[in-house]
Amino acid sequence: MKRLLILGAGTAGTMMANKLLHQLDQNEWKITMVDKHETHYYQPGFLFIPFNIYSCHDVVKPKRDFVPAEVEYINSNIEIIEPEKNQVKLSNKKVIQYDILIIATGSRTVPEETEGLKDAGWYQNIFDFYTIEGACNLQKFFKHWEGGKLVLNITEMPIKCPVAPLEFLFLADWWFTEKGMRDKVDLTFVTPLPGAFTKPKAAQILGSFLDDKNIHLQAEFSTGRVDHANNKIISWDDKEIEYDVLVTVPVNMGDPVIEHSNLGDELGFVPTHKHTLQSKNHENIFVIGDATDLPSSKAGSVAHFQADVLTENIISYIEGLPLEESFDGHANCFIESGFGKGLLIDFNYDVEPLPGKFPLPGIGPFSLLQETKMNHWGKMMFRWIYWNMLLKGQELPIEAQMTMAGKIK
Amino acid sequence: MSTKVIANVEVEIDTEGFMTNPDQWTKEIASAIAKEEGVELTEAHWKVINFIRKDYSEKGTAPSIRRINKVGGISTKDMYNLFPDGPAKKAAKISGLGKPQGCV
Repeated sequence: MKRLLILGAGTAGTMMANKLLHQLDQNEWKITMVDKHETHYYQPGFLFIPFNIYSCHDVVKPKRDFVPAEVEYINSNIEIIEPEKNQVKLSNKKVIQYDILIIATGSRTVPEETEGLKDAGWYQNIFDFYTIEGACNLQKFFKHWEGGKLVLNITEMPIKCPVAPLEFLFLADWWFTEKGMRDKVDLTFVTPLPGAFTKPKAAQILGSFLDDKNIHLQAEFSTGRVDHANNKIISWDDKEIEYDVLVTVPVNMGDPVIEHSNLGDELGFVPTHKHTLQSKNHENIFVIGDATDLPSSKAGSVAHFQADVLTENIISYIEGLPLEESFDGHANCFIESGFGKGLLIDFNYDVEPLPGKFPLPGIGPFSLLQETKMNHWGKMMFRWIYWNMLLKGQELPIEAQMTMAGKIK
Repeated sequence: MSTKVIANVEVEIDTEGFMTNPDQWTKEIASAIAKEEGVELTEAHWKVINFIRKDYSEKGTAPSIRRINKVGGISTKDMYNLFPDGPAKKAAKISGLGKPQGCV
């Protein structure tokens, strides 16, 4: 028997196990998955927790529920990946040999990378919302908060789900309006980027949303440290911004095992061929989702599109055929904008998010870069699709490659 | 593609003045671009530039501030002192590389 080993049972790894199970000859291939956590979090849901839209229980299910019975699932820390020996050592010293390795170990927030961040202010008046702990602690904090300066800072790019910070602020504007205290809350968005988003047209449109909602934008601010005693963030070039509550997006890095195995770049992301998803340094190692160093968004939709391409390429690799260079960087993100509305963006490596319509068979066109109620419902519906279709590797009516249909240049 | 004469050499540049052909770069050009950017090059600056050029020749992309720190051994604080107001962009420009690709 040959072994295909998947490291990580998050969104990307789980989809790959489900897709490959039906593609590989089960008399010839055994699929093994390793993950250190038992719980699968619906990460897009973290955003809603501080605003009481979801409870902390609404976003969790056991990982094993989504792993097919035919797949061997091991709950363990990974000690080291040894590509030269085609093996992975687990923390219990067990060694797993592989013929093909898929790295799907994701990305994590590392507040320890920023001086003063994970210190006395942490979960007192400094919170993140990219972890279940941060989101749930912030929910508690907001219940009793009487207002003041709320600063949201992106410490360093790249980050997971780059639209989430904007969504957080749009929802905060709505939430404090609903609570009748918007006039007591000052909202500021601090980013190292030159504008509200990474791509120019979307940055311009989303920037005007910030203006309309009276959210201040402080662009080109790279946070160097946090002075938690005086409630200030300080940039590398000594600019200061005061806060009463800091909602922070810490530095994002790959899993520690990547750095430990010397397989990553300076952030612990694995150098990956941008169109085939094969790792750059080892031909029998493939990388998917947030773990790659690709210039595509770190988001579930991207992992979903990559999974289609990677499934085909694993088969091609096994059959000795050339790999298809068909991953185009496609991302598709609903952006919650508050007051029961949302936007949608759809883009890839070469085409930035454009306005227009996004056709979807059976459900009907969504509006791109435009606030509609339907986009909000698309976002809310997605949780069901995620648990019931996406993780299980089922076909969704949306192509892996981006299409220009409906978009206006 | 537009061109510009820098240190008596005609080089290809983009609309923001970044060189588009790193092979045309010379140390004299670096000094001239630095002067335009208000930077007087010292030994500390050259350590950065040499690292960026070497890293580019190996990787094909301009290194990030974090990479310059972790691999090149130059602290982020020093980078901001040496190349004020956007050190990654400014250092890449002086090193004759294209504008660093923003992230996604």
